[in-house]
Amino acid sequence: MEPSELKRSKDSPNLDESTRRLSFPDEVLERVLSLLKSHRDRSSVSLVCKDWYNAERWSRTHVFIGNCYSVSPEIVARRFPKIRSVTLKGKPRFSDFNLVPENWGADIHAWLVVFAAKYPFLEELRLKRMAISDESLEFLAVSFPNFKALSLLSCDGFSTNGLAAIATHCKNLTELDIQENGIDDKGGSWLSCFPESFTSLEVLNFANLSSDINFDALERLVGRCKSMRVLKLNRSVSLEQLQRLLVNAPQLAELGTGSFSEELTFRQCVELESALSNCKNMHTLSGLWDAKGIYLPALYPVCTHLTFLNLSYAALRSDELAKLLAHCPRLKRLWVLDTVEDKGLEAVGMNCPLLEELRVFPADLFDEEIIHGVTEAGFVAVSFGCPRLHYVLYFCCQMTNAAVATIVQNCPDFTHFRLCIMNPGQPDHITNEPMDEAFGAVVKTCTKLQRLSVSGRLTDLTFEYIGRYAKNLETLSVAFAGSSDWGMQCVMGGCSKLRKLEIRDCPFGNAALLSGLEKYESMRSLWMSACNVTMNGCRLLAREMPRLNVEVMKEDGSDDSQADKVYVYRSIAGPRRDAPPSVLTL
Amino acid sequence: MSTPLEHDYIGLAETSSMERSSEKISSSSSSSIPSNIEDKTTNNPSLNLKETELRLGLPGSQSPERKLSLFGKDLETNDKSNGFVGSPLKNLVSGAKRGFSDAIDGSNGKWVFAINDKSDVELGKGAVLASPRGGLDSKTNPQQVRTSVPVMKEVVGVPQSPKPVQDKKNLVPPVNEHTSAPAAKAQVVGWPPIRSFRKNSMASNLAKNSDEAAGCLYVKVSMDGAPYLRKVDLKTYNNYREFSSALEKMFSCFTIGQCGSNGDGLSESRLMDLLHGSEYVLTYEDKDGDWMLVGDVPWEMFTDSCRRLRIMKGSEAIGLAPRAMEKCKNQN
Repeated sequence: MEPSELKRSKDSPNLDESTRRLSFPDEVLERVLSLLKSHRDRSSVSLVCKDWYNAERWSRTHVFIGNCYSVSPEIVARRFPKIRSVTLKGKPRFSDFNLVPENWGADIHAWLVVFAAKYPFLEELRLKRMAISDESLEFLAVSFPNFKALSLLSCDGFSTNGLAAIATHCKNLTELDIQENGIDDKGGSWLSCFPESFTSLEVLNFANLSSDINFDALERLVGRCKSMRVLKLNRSVSLEQLQRLLVNAPQLAELGTGSFSEELTFRQCVELESALSNCKNMHTLSGLWDAKGIYLPALYPVCTHLTFLNLSYAALRSDELAKLLAHCPRLKRLWVLDTVEDKGLEAVGMNCPLLEELRVFPADLFDEEIIHGVTEAGFVAVSFGCPRLHYVLYFCCQMTNAAVATIVQNCPDFTHFRLCIMNPGQPDHITNEPMDEAFGAVVKTCTKLQRLSVSGRLTDLTFEYIGRYAKNLETLSVAFAGSSDWGMQCVMGGCSKLRKLEIRDCPFGNAALLSGLEKYESMRSLWMSACNVTMNGCRLLAREMPRLNVEVMKEDGSDDSQADKVYVYRSIAGPRRDAPPSVLTL
Repeated sequence: MSTPLEHDYIGLAETSSMERSSEKISSSSSSSIPSNIEDKTTNNPSLNLKETELRLGLPGSQSPERKLSLFGKDLETNDKSNGFVGSPLKNLVSGAKRGFSDAIDGSNGKWVFAINDKSDVELGKGAVLASPRGGLDSKTNPQQVRTSVPVMKEVVGVPQSPKPVQDKKNLVPPVNEHTSAPAAKAQVVGWPPIRSFRKNSMASNLAKNSDEAAGCLYVKVSMDGAPYLRKVDLKTYNNYREFSSALEKMFSCFTIGQCGSNGDGLSESRLMDLLHGSEYVLTYEDKDGDWMLVGDVPWEMFTDSCRRLRIMKGSEAIGLAPRAMEKCKNQN
């Protein structure tokens, strides 16, 4: 956009009737557009015409970048001059499961340098799967005087020293949200770095960290931050300490407890229960590490208005869960471990009719002597009791086609269906057939499906179904499935709204890869690892589609012609320059 | 919950969907494995053993100069130290398994094995896929493992030197010698798809929670020199006396040899003498990971904090032994 075009036409009194009807003064347009929050809506708006493009870019305060390499910080800064809040995502999702080399990239520092120059009033930074060092955190802390919110999810490269820098320098901090990161926990002294005069914190989440923090410092911090609404403690905080914190923070809306297993006297139990019952605003509860069933009744007072209960770190038995859920009628989101077994899930179906989201995580991956976990029966039971269910993540040891058909019949509104049968390539355990019909039922019945993860033994038929029926599908994850290139070709040809496709250990080769030639520019990214794609196939793709970055990660000693891991994504920033030697950009 | 990932995974390596996996075992150990295979094949006529080793080790290892992987190391350690002739597969796998549960802290417990078949391999589906659940109990289905393996041979034959997984976190920690679980539980990198943080958090809950899940308190009991471990439910006993006599019954078979020719069946009292003498000392590992002498604390406190037990040779329990004798006498 040329600078001249940026000139706002504040006064246009000489426009004739027809033009006046067609154009608002810019500031009106900007005012209207500033009410738009969704970045997708804003993208659509910016495509209408040049005026709207300009109005949109001047009014945008939050930018979401789903792939940090799709654009450069300079380009972002040039287009959007008034950004206060940035969300950035870096590595491919499979890096969460160690499929991506450690030094792959997605370092935030280059972005921070540009932001410091162009967005000195930056307030919020939310990162997912980015690499961030302590130096970067310190740079962040001192470069942005208005900085308010930092959220790190699945990031790595930093230690608690970086957190100390944030706590020390960010005088206006309202949010410090450290979730599930590869953080080097060097101790809990960072918490004591918040100055005594500091009172603005509203969100504090350090559940990810394991070291002991100075409880007195925490108690004082919570006591003086009267606007605190989210507090998620780490395991080192005891039940007794929790009670002391709650007494000073009854306004909390979201609580993540610390360890929930110590021995409590009767009086301590009563005090805890009383402190919790004073938290009238609490709608989210998590933590509950090592929860012992006998202390769960202390939670009953808050359970009545809970909408989100995260028990995914509490290995509860079915009876313990059932007793707890009897008090949680308003639950909308529930995360549990599979220690609750099918019986526990039956209790979910019976007690939580408003449930919209269920996630069942596996507790014990390694001890084969323990045969617990959940099966198709649990899922079916939930589906009968919870017709509003639309988001499910289900790790199970067995499944049947019939069960899935029943489930989607009961719950046709699925938007996110992530089923993980933990044995790769396992068939229907009753009929021994592939699980094709199960996912066929899902895509045929759930027309609003946006995200799908498949598992079990699957032939190309599954992908035929997906291509034919999953017209709203945006994200697809495939592992150990398919029979031939045809499977992936069906998906590439049929799923018009596909944005993210991640595949591992499938028999898809070059023909499959190249079938998506036209499609990749409308997608965020494609990941293929341990498939049959060769270097030549990748080179061909790179040659045909110059606006795609085609990156191949080679593993030592593998055949020169095989493309072990392929990551393809659209980019207006060109090939990246910070790739490590193991990553080849074609 | 547990699933014999490796059983069905192998089986599924057979389907066309598993034509190739680039997952490699952490730091190759090709050099040691072939030599071990040779050793094992001489010791054990079953070719399957060799193949099972390859299956879990490195496929078509071609670079003998490669450093021993943790697997390889474990294998060697097990070879030397284990008195009994078990399948090297058992050693390797169970060792690896032990490595998991023992040192899960800080490790992400991902290991890999490579299946490289560039050709469609028609592996025998029947044996393994027939009962995926059956595979769960490895003790009853060791055959299943073996039958699937021969096919793997073709797969494995593809020459490809294994590569060290780039992520150090994938390295499997060293094996505990006291392994007994025969199940081969090979794992695949990044599967099931759980974030490391969650894996590590759950790992530290492993023993306690899975045991307590059923309202019982199973802990492993190992005895020095015994070929396999036992598990006891601490909740079924009310005091030390009941407990120790149960243990004696359980482990009497292993001490028969010690009695020499003193009778056709080992008498309880003789065993008790053995246990209460300087021969053996009963110790346990508590929640903090320390090895303690059994009997010091009240029974309830003991059951609360005991993670596993070890019947130690008195000669090893230096410093403990004298007190042990006294304590035992007092308790008895």
